[in-house]
Amino acid sequence: MNAREVARALGLEAVAFPHPEAEVEGGFCSDLLSRAMAEASPGEAWITYQRHLNVVAVAKLKELSMVILARGPEPEPEVAARAEEEGVNLLRSGAGMFELAGRLYTLLSRGPRNR
Amino acid sequence: MSPSTPAKRGRLLYRRTFYVPAGAIADVGAVSTQVRRILRGLGVEPEVVRRVSIICFEGETNIAIFTKGGRITLMVWEDRVELFFSDSGPGIEDLELVRRPGYSTAPDWARELGFGAGMGIPNMEKNADVFVLRSRPGKGTAIRATVWRSRDERKGSGAGTRA
Ligand SMILES: Nc1ncnc2c1ncn2[C@@H]1O[C@H](COP(=O)(O)OP(=O)(O)OP(=O)(O)O)[C@@H](O)[C@H]1O
Ligand SMILES: [Mg+2]
Repeated sequence: MNAREVARALGLEAVAFPHPEAEVEGGFCSDLLSRAMAEASPGEAWITYQRHLNVVAVAKLKELSMVILARGPEPEPEVAARAEEEGVNLLRSGAGMFELAGRLYTLLSRGPRNR
Repeated sequence: MSPSTPAKRGRLLYRRTFYVPAGAIADVGAVSTQVRRILRGLGVEPEVVRRVSIICFEGETNIAIFTKGGRITLMVWEDRVELFFSDSGPGIEDLELVRRPGYSTAPDWARELGFGAGMGIPNMEKNADVFVLRSRPGKGTAIRATVWRSRDERKGSGAGTRA
């Protein structure tokens, strides 16, 4: 399932969406950056409450398929601009991390094979 | 402090030094993303790029959060990629302690931004084939991290080091 399909299914709002066709290979939740650095895998969607520039750097360095900003204030314009520039998919939702994780998990467990 | 020089092997293809000012946390990751871009431009193996990026990010954030400023030198050799981190203090008293997963003295402002899990140095070590950490309390800290480009010389017999 690609980022565009995930965004549609979860009703996400695009902050920066340069690569909607990126394949979403799983999900990862953490507000700790070094934990994401250590444990997230390439292609995963990262759900977090953090919403500053470093999030874009982590997503880029870890080759994540998208970052989903859970409920919270709109990120600063420079964060959106950096995501666009670095080619990082950055989306937001009014839902909390728990709900987003649950819905994404269900969505991805259906998997392309069983669709 | 200057890191020690490793045995010279292979040919040096690229070298560049980046400066990381103290407290430059707002845009920390700027050096790491640049390093990643350079390595990809040079055609360095994707797995090597991934590991070097992780090491660089953790070293960069530590310099920005904990030190009076420092620098990062990237060296790309035919057979390996090396990162040298050095800073102007305060240095590290207990080298064993900072290598322990979970140990952190990150201040509140850094924790609010998601730093302070105490996973940075352990993860640098895990992703490097050779990791040398030296420090002189009061003076500064120097880290050398090497990632081999050829599979057979890599840690974990080339199968990657993901746990
Ligand atoms: N360059 C440095 N100079 C002085 N002290 C350092 C330096 N780098 C790390 N430290 C010390 O080592 C501790 C552990 O570092 P480490 O990167 O593992 O964790 P952290 O930075 O606290 O949290 P995280 O990296 O998970 O966000 C730090 O909290 C700090 O006390
Ligand atoms: Mg750290």
